[in-house]
Amino acid sequence: MADKKKLTFVLMDAPYENARTVTGLRLIDLALKRGHDVTVFAYEGAVSLAFSKQAKHANAVHGRDVDQEDHPLPREWIAALFEQAQKTGAALEWINCGLCVDERGVGEAVAGVKRGSPADLWKAAEASDNALIIGAR
Amino acid sequence: MPRKVLQVIESAYRCTIEEQDDPVVWITHAMKGAGANVHLLLRGNAVNYAVKGQAVAEVNFGTRHQRQAPRIDDDIASLCAKSVDVYVVEDDVAERGIERSELVSGIRTIPRSGIARLFGEYDQVWHW
Repeated sequence: MADKKKLTFVLMDAPYENARTVTGLRLIDLALKRGHDVTVFAYEGAVSLAFSKQAKHANAVHGRDVDQEDHPLPREWIAALFEQAQKTGAALEWINCGLCVDERGVGEAVAGVKRGSPADLWKAAEASDNALIIGAR
Repeated sequence: MPRKVLQVIESAYRCTIEEQDDPVVWITHAMKGAGANVHLLLRGNAVNYAVKGQAVAEVNFGTRHQRQAPRIDDDIASLCAKSVDVYVVEDDVAERGIERSELVSGIRTIPRSGIARLFGEYDQVWHW
């Protein structure tokens, strides 16, 4: 790929709080589909996005059981991003801020997710063509 | 030469009690320690981070006394001491009735009309 880029994304919002994270994941998905290498630094609440104990539930209001409801789980989306990266030969590095993980007790993460520090964010940003911060509001 | 990044903080006091600091101010300290060429622009309500002498009331829930309240002004002052350029938007400062003399030493002021030019001095702008 002639125009392969390296991009860094910082996510900060916890799951199920707003649409910013979904927008960020869409951008990451698109970058991977185009074969670009991506580093994600999950900061603060965003470390829960990859928490492996997220569970689906039924929804009586919707009149659907667990299977029918197919409730969205960010951990599944992140796992799918790793699969997408493999398909297109892009590199996806997902780094959870270690201290943020400890604060929230969300140490169990889906495969591929690493623990890191702000130094890793800086290293990734230095090596990237650009960085996009999706901060909490 | 590391690339030069300007961090922009606008949301203020979002989780400072729980975190004992502002997470963006904190990560600026941490990345500076890792060799980053990072600087800071406080705008909107976040200009209040630069007001010296802030006191946070102690938090107590039942018998649980929470120690180590945030000291945001100290955190800003120590960034300045680490050669991090810290800017506040002077229009935002004035709109909130804050006097220049109330700001921690080392703070740089910039008019709102000068923000675009300031952005141009950096390789990247990270708006948190």
